[in-house]
Amino acid sequence: MSTVSETARPVSRPVSRRRAFRKSRLGRFVTRSPFYLLVVIIFVYALFPFLWALRSAFTPDNELFSTPLQYFPNHPTLDNFTAALQASFFRHALLNSTIVAGSVTLLSLAIGSLAAYALGRFRFRGRSAVMYLMLSMTIFPQIAILGALYTMISGFRIVWFVHFPHLYDTRWALIFTYLIFTLPFTVWVLTSFMRALPRDLEEAAYVDGATPIQVFYKVLLPLIAPGLVTTGLLAFIAAWNEYLFALSFIQSPNNYTVPIAITSFVGKSGSAFQQPWGEIMAATIIVTLPLIVAVLVLQKRILAGLTAGAVKG
Amino acid sequence: MSSVATPVPPTGRRRRRSKLQRRQTRLAWLLLVPSLAVVAFVAIYPLGKTVYQSFTNQEFLALEPTKWVGLENYRELLHDTVFRHAVWKTIEFTLITVGFEFALGLAIALVVNSSFKGRGVMRAVMLVPWAIPTVVAAQMWKWMLDDTFGVVNDAGTRLHILSHSQAWISDPSTALAAVCAVDIWKTTPFVALLLLAGLQVIPGDLYEAAEVDGASQLQQFRKITLPLLAPAILVTLIFRTLDALRVFDVFYVFFGNRPDTQTMAIYNQDTIVGDGHVGYGAAISVAIFLIIALFVVIYVTFMRVTED
Amino acid sequence: MFKKRRSLLFVGGPVLLLALVVTVSVSAGTNRKGGANAIPAPAVPNAKAIKAKYGGQSITFIGDSVGGGHTRDMALATRFTKATGIKVKVVPHPTASDASYSQLARVFTSHGSSFDVAMIDVVWPGAFAPYLVDLKPKLGKQAKLHAAGIVANDTVKGRLVAMPWFGDFGILYYRTDLLKKYGYSAPPTTWAQLFAMAKKIQDGEQASNPQFSGFVFQGNSYEGLTCDALEWIASSGGGQFVDGGKVTINNPKAAAILTLFQKNIGVTTPRGVTSYQEGEAHTAFVTGNAAFMRNWPYAYSIAADPKQSKVVGKFSVTTLPHGPGGKPVGTVGGWQLAVNKYSKHQDAAIEFVRYMTSPAVERFDAITNTNVPTIPAVAKDPAVVKANPYLKPQIATVARVTRPARYLGTHYNEGSKEIYQGISQILNGASANSVLPSIQSKLQQLVK
Repeated sequence: MSTVSETARPVSRPVSRRRAFRKSRLGRFVTRSPFYLLVVIIFVYALFPFLWALRSAFTPDNELFSTPLQYFPNHPTLDNFTAALQASFFRHALLNSTIVAGSVTLLSLAIGSLAAYALGRFRFRGRSAVMYLMLSMTIFPQIAILGALYTMISGFRIVWFVHFPHLYDTRWALIFTYLIFTLPFTVWVLTSFMRALPRDLEEAAYVDGATPIQVFYKVLLPLIAPGLVTTGLLAFIAAWNEYLFALSFIQSPNNYTVPIAITSFVGKSGSAFQQPWGEIMAATIIVTLPLIVAVLVLQKRILAGLTAGAVKG
Repeated sequence: MSSVATPVPPTGRRRRRSKLQRRQTRLAWLLLVPSLAVVAFVAIYPLGKTVYQSFTNQEFLALEPTKWVGLENYRELLHDTVFRHAVWKTIEFTLITVGFEFALGLAIALVVNSSFKGRGVMRAVMLVPWAIPTVVAAQMWKWMLDDTFGVVNDAGTRLHILSHSQAWISDPSTALAAVCAVDIWKTTPFVALLLLAGLQVIPGDLYEAAEVDGASQLQQFRKITLPLLAPAILVTLIFRTLDALRVFDVFYVFFGNRPDTQTMAIYNQDTIVGDGHVGYGAAISVAIFLIIALFVVIYVTFMRVTED
Repeated sequence: MFKKRRSLLFVGGPVLLLALVVTVSVSAGTNRKGGANAIPAPAVPNAKAIKAKYGGQSITFIGDSVGGGHTRDMALATRFTKATGIKVKVVPHPTASDASYSQLARVFTSHGSSFDVAMIDVVWPGAFAPYLVDLKPKLGKQAKLHAAGIVANDTVKGRLVAMPWFGDFGILYYRTDLLKKYGYSAPPTTWAQLFAMAKKIQDGEQASNPQFSGFVFQGNSYEGLTCDALEWIASSGGGQFVDGGKVTINNPKAAAILTLFQKNIGVTTPRGVTSYQEGEAHTAFVTGNAAFMRNWPYAYSIAADPKQSKVVGKFSVTTLPHGPGGKPVGTVGGWQLAVNKYSKHQDAAIEFVRYMTSPAVERFDAITNTNVPTIPAVAKDPAVVKANPYLKPQIATVARVTRPARYLGTHYNEGSKEIYQGISQILNGASANSVLPSIQSKLQQLVK
């Protein structure tokens, strides 16, 4: 462990003793150990609550809050998982949330990337104004716009006989209203990516006779792939976890989304005062685990997508 | 930094707007139509209605007709000590969490970006807090921080990090720290992911060239990474700050409308939904909007300064 | 182009995984059944007459939240529809109480008719009164069967705006085995006794269980604290916050009992009790970590279930203690049924309410779902008492006190907030004599 091996290097500059130490095995361990310590701390901080949720999901009701605290259940059980999955509104919620979050993400990326192209690669009067208009959408507190949105989706009259469609208690109400917070963020991030791209590839494409739209999806879009992936992921999760609008615009249990469904579980007593904590944790695991597995499985693809952009640039 | 690719002919804009320029502008606005349509429906009507309501005395359930009261609500707001306290509390929370999240997020992004084994797992691990629904995560942390049944107190006393069980949530002196810890845990992945995406587009050969020239890690970080990451940093900071200033869920689950920990958004919701003062609540919403807009102006000015 | 497909794949991946989970679980699923002692839903009296008049109409009922309550509502609604031909669509209300309030308020203020019958909390009649139908003409006679105090609570300005449906009241849970172990022959009758007993038991038990506490209750800054504090103050002769239209909260007896509680926070109660709601309190008790608990009757079935509780057979219930010169009381909780003024089928809705608040259905609810009946005669039924041991006569006849919803009307939430925020400050150390006057003046501005 403590062998100091010095490699003879045929270089013009003399090798300093400090650099030699840093490159040796002991040196590498010493300089990198704060690094590894940081990694361990981050792992524990990020992961421990999830592991605690995992432990709670497998713990029967009478051991969940027993004292002294049990770090591993004495009698692990699958009851919480079966109970969560048996609730039909929870199963429907998984489907509803997937449809809503997926649609919002695709819509945001489509609309947002077009807007980012305009705002990031063209110069015109009003460009800044549009950027800040988008931003202003996210500045209002949700509760402030809740009442107005509720009126809108309940089918209000815009002008004369033109009515807003009655979207209350449907998935469309959520898909439409979630755009209010996914779109500004998507536009801003993709615009910053678009702005950072150099001109040469684009100009070469124009010289080759490409139309602006072709330039958009053949040249620029692949280059900002890291931005698309990132904003898509963040938008999906934000829409997935949204609570207030889903609570206010949906009333039938079969139309619940995941956060509402999870907070609707009631314990065996039937009273709203009893939160069936084991079941809630089991439901959380069911909801979170596929996402984690998907990210792990798609690791290489995301990595390739992200680094390919760097190489090309 | 911002390079615009539209080929501008040499007899450019100063003389007259070329046909090409006008076509480009028209195309740009066309591309913006879907976004602006969304903004019009989903944002402008609700915002307009809120501003209108702030000049009335509308009550949620009252039967008397609503009256126009002009600036009365705003005058009352200026003397509202509860609101002032909520504003300071929110700003305190924002500064602490955005600061920590940025530092931690940058560290994580750098780690994942570097070549070390296990960074794939690290990336997936990093997503976990963000993937759990906020209301569930908040309730989970509430149980974890409980003074009788909580694992934090249990592990802390066992490992002798804590001398005795703390009532993290009940005790006003530790309440803010508790809620900050949860928010940092929850939203650092957001910052880390955005910064990571920004890091990934920095070309690797820049670093190789610097390494050959003998630059140290720190020099590389200061001269290459930071400047090229600056736009991503600023976008991340803006959106994180906006979200932090409007924080609601975590505080609500932990404290409800407890006076010592009220944030602006909680006070706003409590006024509109709890007390039913829609008009006054709308004035509060407008005030919150202006306060947050102030932060945006600060960021933008900073951004413009660094760009030049 | 290829990269764009990659991001689509990234979205598609989790979607496929989730679809897999859902398909697998669909085969596993049956809806949860509620109620341990299921008896059939009662018959509808006068079904033929009702069918003749209103058969074929459709009404919407916003009822209990998903789970056992919703299942019970569905069973009753199905029976009602079969007998009378009135179609009843049952929509569960959100589990969170304030979300439920907002949902109803939004429909009322937009003069909507999207529901006809709704389940409302015992403190909402005052707020919603202008939007509800007066039930006295048609249901006044049936209302006489129900507890007078709750009917008075539901009568606003002479109009009966809601029919009592479930009752609820605060009771004291105590550990019979620990009382015996420390030489007490009976549960405490005064608050001072309770704290003394709690201290002795806590000191003894903490030797083996450091997490043990003497007394747990709902101390968080929320509506539940208004309920608990009302019991403390009313049982000590300090009034019911607002008596006969006058705000009375600022008085020496109230200050005395609040100071007594303040001294015991963190001493015979957990320090965290000032964040406790019903859930934390019952968890402390059923895991064997508390000697005394104040809670609603729902906790009884949890404490008696071996799958959830460590104190099965080791606890009992009684009325809450009282202060010097007072008598035991219990705050009224529970739910009422009301008819929307903007409903297009008011009469059909009223018939549904008549069925749901009839003695037979209250008996059904009490046995299948352990809901406390609001009809005293039903509460005496042996089968009901068997399923609900806290309905023993000596407990069931405790004096009920109601929160001042009647006097605060649409300002109830605001008024209650002043009360519970103030009392929370006292529990956390502020002097009662400085806080009570400010609560008094704020309430006076709201009481009309």
